[in-house]
Amino acid sequence: MLATAPNPHPLPFRPGVLGLGLTLLALVSLPAACLLGPYPVAPGEALAALWPWSPPGADGVRAVVLDLRLSRAVLAWLTGAGLAVSGAVFQGILRNPLADPFTLGVSSGAAFGASLAISLGLSGGFWAGIGVLPPAALAGALAALFAVLALARAAGGFGRETLVLAGIVVSTFLSALISLVKALDEESVAGIVFWILGSFQGRGWPHAALLAPYLLPACALALTHTRDLDLLSLGETQARLLGLDAARVRLTLLVAASLAAGATVAVAGVIGFVGLMVPHAVRLASGAEHRPLLLNSALLGGTLLLWSDALARTILPGGAELPVGVVTALLGGPFFCVLLGRRNRRLA
Amino acid sequence: MIRLRDLHAGYGDREVLAGVSLDLGPGEMVGLLGPNGSGKTTLLLAMAGVLAPRSGSVLLAGRDARYMKPRERARKVASLPQRAEATFDLGVETLVLLGRYPYISLLGGYTAADRAAADAALAEAGVEEFRHRAAGSLSGGEFTRVLLARALAQAAGMTPPVLLLDEATAALDLARRMAVSQLLAAKARAGALVVSAIHDLNLAAQFCTRLVFLKAGQVALDGPTAQVFTATNLTDIYETPVAVAPHPVTGAPQAFPVPAGAPGPGAPAGPR
Repeated sequence: MLATAPNPHPLPFRPGVLGLGLTLLALVSLPAACLLGPYPVAPGEALAALWPWSPPGADGVRAVVLDLRLSRAVLAWLTGAGLAVSGAVFQGILRNPLADPFTLGVSSGAAFGASLAISLGLSGGFWAGIGVLPPAALAGALAALFAVLALARAAGGFGRETLVLAGIVVSTFLSALISLVKALDEESVAGIVFWILGSFQGRGWPHAALLAPYLLPACALALTHTRDLDLLSLGETQARLLGLDAARVRLTLLVAASLAAGATVAVAGVIGFVGLMVPHAVRLASGAEHRPLLLNSALLGGTLLLWSDALARTILPGGAELPVGVVTALLGGPFFCVLLGRRNRRLA
Repeated sequence: MIRLRDLHAGYGDREVLAGVSLDLGPGEMVGLLGPNGSGKTTLLLAMAGVLAPRSGSVLLAGRDARYMKPRERARKVASLPQRAEATFDLGVETLVLLGRYPYISLLGGYTAADRAAADAALAEAGVEEFRHRAAGSLSGGEFTRVLLARALAQAAGMTPPVLLLDEATAALDLARRMAVSQLLAAKARAGALVVSAIHDLNLAAQFCTRLVFLKAGQVALDGPTAQVFTATNLTDIYETPVAVAPHPVTGAPQAFPVPAGAPGPGAPAGPR
C-alpha cells in the first residue's frame, strides 16, 4: 500500500477551535467597543458602568455607555451576524461562493421598500419610522425575492446562473426605481441617501428589539437546516437522490435568508461585503460544512461589523461619522483581492 | 423490485425516453448499455424517482415513485450520479455520511448505526485513507470511489439493496475498476439489485448477468449476457462492425470493434 500523501489542502483551523476563538473574540469585543466614542469616558468608568452589580456611578456615564455605546455595539453585532448567515445560506443554496443578499436583489428590494416609505412621508418621527421602515424593507426584500424566483422560473429553472442573472436584473431595475424616487422627491433625497449608505448612527435598543424578532427565528431556521444546506450545495440532483425535498427546503431557506437580510437593511441600511466575504473567509479557514460554517460566520460577521462601526464613528475628527457601509467596502476591497489570490493558488 | 411501464421522460422540449418498460429484480447485476445520448443517465434518474415521468410509471417495490416522499424513495434506491461536481469542499466523511440522510430523524443527528454503516462503506469502497481529506483535494477516480462509498452507505439496510450507478468505473484505473466491479457483482450475488450504466462493453459482459441496450430512448435489446452479447447485436446497435470472442481466461464474451477496411469477422485472419 502506498503511504498516505499528506493532505494537500490542510485547513488552518478545526471548526470547533475557530468557533471557540471567535466566541472569545466576540465576548472581548462587545465591552471593548464600549470604551470608544466621542464623549470622553474613562475606560475604568465605562467598564464599571457595564458591570451590572457595580455601585451606581454618574447616571450620565451609565446612559452614554449602556444606551449609546452598548446598544449600538449589540445592534452592529447582530446585524453583522445576520448578514453573514444570510450570505452563507444564499451561497449554499445557489452553490455560488459569490452570491449574497445583493446578488439576489434582496437588499435592493429592502432598500427600495424603505425609500418608498421615506418618500411617501411615512417615516416622519422616530416611532413612525421604527414602525414603518422595517416592514416596508421586509416587504421589499420578499417582493424582490419572489420577483427573482418568478423570473428564474420563467427563464427555465433555479439553476445557479439563472437565479443570479435574475437577481442582477431585478436589482438593477430596483436601483433605477430608487433613483427615480430620489429624482421625483427632492426633499427626501438626504434621508434616503443617508439611509441607503448604511449606518448605525443614532440607532440603539429599539432598533435591536426590532431586528431580533426577525433575525433570530431566521437564523434558528437556517441552523436547523445545515445538513440540508450541505445536500443543496451538492446540487439539486444529488440532493434529491439522497432524499431531500429540494424545492421546499430551498424555498424555506431563501425566505429565511431574505428575512434576515431585509431586517438588517431595515434597521441599518445597506451594508455591503459582510454577507459576501465572511462566509468565504470562514470556508477558507475551516471548511465548507454548513453547521460550523453558519455558526462561525455569525460570530465573525458580528465582530467584524462591530469593529467596522467602531472605526466608522471614531476615525473622523470632531465627532463626525462615516457610514459604516463605506468602512466595510474599504476593508472589503483589499481583503477580497487577497482572498481571490489565495483561492487561485489553492486551486492551481 | 423496479418496474417501469411505458416510461416517457425528458427535459424541456426534448423527450429522451420514448416508452421504456422493464422489470428488474433482486440478485440481478444489470448493465445499462447504449451509444451516447441513448438515455442511460435519464433512465437511472427516472428509476431513482428524481425525474418525473411524462407518462407511464416507475414502481419501486410495487409503489408508484411519484407518490412517495423524497426520503422514502431514497430509502428504496441508492444512487451514484454522474458528473457530480462539488462546489464547496465538504470533507469525505461528511459526504459519505450524507448517504445516511434519508434514515435520520429530521432534527436528530446520525446514530451509531449510521456511523457504522458509513465506516463499513468507506472500507468496502477502499477509501478509508481519505476519510479526513477534503473532497475537492481528491482526483476524479478517488472522488468517484467516495461517491460509491456514499451509495453503499445509503444502500445499507435496504431490503434488498438497490444500487443505481452511472459510470461508476469510468474514471478508475484497471485495478480499481476490477475491484469495484467484483464488489458490485458480489453485492448482486448476495441479493442486491445493481443497475450500472456503463460504456465499457467488455467490463459489462464480464460482470453483468443481464444487459439492457438502449437506443434512441427505447430498449433495443434486453436479456442474459450470453444471449444478447453477440457480434450481430452489437454491430446493429453501435452502427460499427464489432467482433465477439470469448475471454481467454474467463470465457465471457468480449467485444472487439473492427476498423473499417479490415477483413470481416468471417474472413481468414490474414496471410500466413
